[in-house]
Amino acid sequence: MREELIISGRMNYKVDPNLHIWGWEIALYLFLGGLAAGVLFFAALYYIRKRDDEYEAAVKWVPMLTPFFLVIGLGALFLDLHHKPFFWRLYTTIKLQSPMSWGAWTLMVITPLSIVWGATYVREMFPKWDWKYKWLYDLEAFFIKNRMTLAWIMITFASILGIYTGILLSAFNARPLWNTSILGPLFLVSGMSAGAALIMMLSKNPLERKRFAQMDLMLIGIEIFLIIHMFMGFKASTAVQIETANLFLGGPYTLPFWIFAVFLGMVLPAMLEIWELKGKHIPVYIPALLIIFGNIMLRFIIVYAGQASRYLY
Amino acid sequence: MRYAMAIDTKKCVGCGDCVVACQTENNVPIGYCRDWVVEVTHGTYPQLELEIRSERCNHCDNAPCVRCCPTGASHYADGGIVLVTEEKCIGCGACIASCPYDARYPHPEGYVDKCTFCHHRVEKGQKPACVEVCPTKCLYFGDLDDPHSDVSKVLKKRKFKTLIPEAGTDPQLYFLI
Ligand code: SF4
Ligand code: SF4
Repeated sequence: MREELIISGRMNYKVDPNLHIWGWEIALYLFLGGLAAGVLFFAALYYIRKRDDEYEAAVKWVPMLTPFFLVIGLGALFLDLHHKPFFWRLYTTIKLQSPMSWGAWTLMVITPLSIVWGATYVREMFPKWDWKYKWLYDLEAFFIKNRMTLAWIMITFASILGIYTGILLSAFNARPLWNTSILGPLFLVSGMSAGAALIMMLSKNPLERKRFAQMDLMLIGIEIFLIIHMFMGFKASTAVQIETANLFLGGPYTLPFWIFAVFLGMVLPAMLEIWELKGKHIPVYIPALLIIFGNIMLRFIIVYAGQASRYLY
Repeated sequence: MRYAMAIDTKKCVGCGDCVVACQTENNVPIGYCRDWVVEVTHGTYPQLELEIRSERCNHCDNAPCVRCCPTGASHYADGGIVLVTEEKCIGCGACIASCPYDARYPHPEGYVDKCTFCHHRVEKGQKPACVEVCPTKCLYFGDLDDPHSDVSKVLKKRKFKTLIPEAGTDPQLYFLI
């Protein structure tokens, strides 16, 4: 038997008895970042592939929501900071080794980009819109002319943003659950799947809805594949990783993870979409909302469980 | 120059004087601590083994907290001491999540705080407060590059271990066993 106790009564705020430095704010920030990344990725992708008139929701108007997601996400991050008056310090350096740093810079690029992208479609979507000043019309004309360049920049930064939401966590080798390179692709794919679900839910065009239902099906498949790989990796690794996997295989996170994130958030919506594609009528918002719900759960569970996983000594 | 500390787990009695000395010297807010004492019991009665360790930030050579810090607030100072610049810290908590030893905490004023090896004393040639007060003299501090420092001398004589070496942080607290 081995028992390890702190006998001097350490009870540091947010650290003891279990680390809980990051709460819902970071989980929400990661979810909204991933969702925005997903939507912007598809907007740029289908613009580049010249399908903008076919997939209007994806290219033209769902992206108009992304600035709100990003700003709310950044707001959540801000709420989480303990030394708020010094927030601007994030933008006085770039530290490539720190995902928090380059992620903050990525958001600084993609947030204005998402606003510009949306703005170039405002008059097309709302014909009565008036920019009031001539220079705004000039600016609009300039961006419309250069939409292709914008799309390429946006697809690059959307991918970086999507991966960043996972790498932010996987950079911490102190937390074995996070310290896996699978988290980057997993969060990228899951963000894309949330983005596709949102587009599918808001689109009025049956063809577009079908396209994004198929897309989601594929993305969910990849997600499940990555999750299985993640656990295989943990199980085949050291005692620390095995203990981490056990948090989800019999431990306290088993039910929430497998029921809420995997079954309700991935398996069930995938089944519903397969039925739908086979011709059964299922209201589109059911699978879409389930996917978004599963996405939120995945972020919350990974953020919380990661802090429960630790080195043993 | 490379500052390090050695802790004699055979001499430590777990009195906690190091914790109180640190709290007083560094004005650590009430309810927080930068150092702490761990007691490990091994085996079953009557074959029991006891190890007592006074722990704090390891001032790692390859510190994940410095790497993860987005603003450069967490940095290496002279002699490898890892410090936080209060006016640069945004309190994002990345360093807290990145430390495998849970050595950091958010100070009530917002910035992140932890053991400084009493940098302000060391600068003046004094020892850290915990080392100074330890009644059993089980803490050794000094420059590893100086073969005559307390820490170099005791590490030459005794067997030692570091904590979680597999985390790859290259910790600079040496526990004499
Ligand atoms: S012990 Fe933790 S806080 Fe101290 S230098 Fe190492 S990683 Fe950083
Ligand atoms: S909390 Fe402060 S010291 Fe820690 S990583 Fe964030 S900015 Fe750096």
